[in-house]
Amino acid sequence: MGELRITLEEVEHVARLARLELRPEDKERMRRELDGILAYIDKLRALDVDGVEPTSHAVPLTNIMRDDEPRPSLPRDEMLANAPDPHGDFFRVPKIIED
Amino acid sequence: MLTELSLSELGERFRRREVTPTEAALAYLDRIDAVDGEVRAFLMVTREQALAQAAASDARFHAGQPRGPLDGVPIALKDLFCTRGIRTTSGSKILERFIPPYDATVVARLGEAGAVVLGKLNMDEFAMGSSTEHSGFFTTRNPWDVDRVPGGSSGGASAAVAAGMAAASLGTDTGGSIRQPAAFCGTVGFKPTYGRVSRYGVIAFASSLDQVGPFGRTVEDVALMLQVIAGADPMDSTAVATPVPDYRAELGRGVDGLRIGIPSEYFIDGMSPEVESAVRAAIATLERLGARTEPVSLPHTEYGLAAYYVIAPAEASSNLARYDGVKYGLRAPGGKDLIEMYAKTRAAGFGDEVKRRIMLGTYALSAGYYDAYYGRALKVRTLVRRDFQEAFERVNLIAAPTTPGVAFKLGEKADPLSMYLNDVLTIPVNLAGLPGISVPAGFTGGGLPIGLQLIGRAFDEATVLRAAHAYERATDWHTRRPKLGPTPGPNLGKIRP
Repeated sequence: MGELRITLEEVEHVARLARLELRPEDKERMRRELDGILAYIDKLRALDVDGVEPTSHAVPLTNIMRDDEPRPSLPRDEMLANAPDPHGDFFRVPKIIED
Repeated sequence: MLTELSLSELGERFRRREVTPTEAALAYLDRIDAVDGEVRAFLMVTREQALAQAAASDARFHAGQPRGPLDGVPIALKDLFCTRGIRTTSGSKILERFIPPYDATVVARLGEAGAVVLGKLNMDEFAMGSSTEHSGFFTTRNPWDVDRVPGGSSGGASAAVAAGMAAASLGTDTGGSIRQPAAFCGTVGFKPTYGRVSRYGVIAFASSLDQVGPFGRTVEDVALMLQVIAGADPMDSTAVATPVPDYRAELGRGVDGLRIGIPSEYFIDGMSPEVESAVRAAIATLERLGARTEPVSLPHTEYGLAAYYVIAPAEASSNLARYDGVKYGLRAPGGKDLIEMYAKTRAAGFGDEVKRRIMLGTYALSAGYYDAYYGRALKVRTLVRRDFQEAFERVNLIAAPTTPGVAFKLGEKADPLSMYLNDVLTIPVNLAGLPGISVPAGFTGGGLPIGLQLIGRAFDEATVLRAAHAYERATDWHTRRPKLGPTPGPNLGKIRP
């Protein structure tokens, strides 16, 4: 196969960064699809952007300040109602620290 | 038939006491029963809630105290607007059982205006797509030809309005997701200026691009919807405090004296000749109505799509990091530790297109590639924005096709890039944050709708609506209806106990 813009190792690395488990049979397909899209995106290289300011938002954003007044939050039981594994007042997760 | 009236006509009938909101809600629910098996626009029909809202509206009219033009009007919502107590999926399996504990600001505002919500509408998963084929649940069909897509990502929202299953609806537009399905289904779809409408409670895709907007069967109807949802919101600091004019009052001013720019870059190679000739005819109509047209150049148009497919996936990869199987949504079993649980949950909950975009965005933001992709795309975004700024120094509006082609067949755009190319004429407007509308501008010989796109200056929705309205008055495309389902019988509109 050869000259794709992205290697299989990079696909695996990016999947790890993105917390996405890819099946072995999907990795090569993902690699080819990303390569196709990146090939199209490469047309951006044709433009001279030296000295051009980046635009992160089309409308200038300013800080919106408000008084630091406490207000009620959403009720705890309603927030926990959507949790896949609530435990009392907590969200339960698999172990984080190694044995 | 009640379900063929425009929103404003239906409201007039309520005010004249010829029809009640409950009768209208029942007519729409019957219409959904009759034709949504074919169209499949709704992910959920909220029948009980709709009838309760309609009854409350009946009482207001009975007491002589209706709330305004939307009171009692049956509408529906793309399924990424959080609705308190009602499942909201964003078209994704990962949110299949998510019940929001609060309403999006736009949902609350429509509720305060008295609108009756019929249900939640299908969409491409997390608004990533142009056909609804990337819905985690099923594909919506185009009411004009059920073998074709309705467009996307707000495909359900446009199809429902086209098929007479809602008087109006609400969608979102990140790269064309309102205007493209409006063009494909022959509805009016309006993306307001970035910052015009609150996004609090709207499930995020790409936060520097996402904007909420209405679908309707007439320009007046989308003006009435925008009136209710527009304006600052303490819960969304990107919803700016620019004053909201009375859009309907501005509608009748016509286009006499308006300068309309025609960008040559929007009439691209490979474009459907029928789309091109319909749009050129629409421009001639605007001239006949008194607008002055002139060529303008938007030279970076062809780079907009490439910049978008870096910026939007980058923002999406960050926004969608929240789906981690902890606080809400799906959790896949079998994760031995937290990281593995995340990876399994996201693998099980996201569809292929969402995974592609997360991968692409993560790659574009990752060490070693950030400057080459993301940094460069943001600079190209500046160039696209400047093109519009320069054009708008000379013209009030820009007129162009909404899409290069008409609704395509289901499965026709299997390659991701060929699907993305659909949005080449809508994406630059999002990059620049401008208001853009698609209005019906004709049909192909095969009977498929064609859309005219009108683009305005930032926060000048009023001029966009006014020109769209003038064009609509001069044509009858918006009065055509798709033929669907069984012939309307005596059951439609009947009042149930």
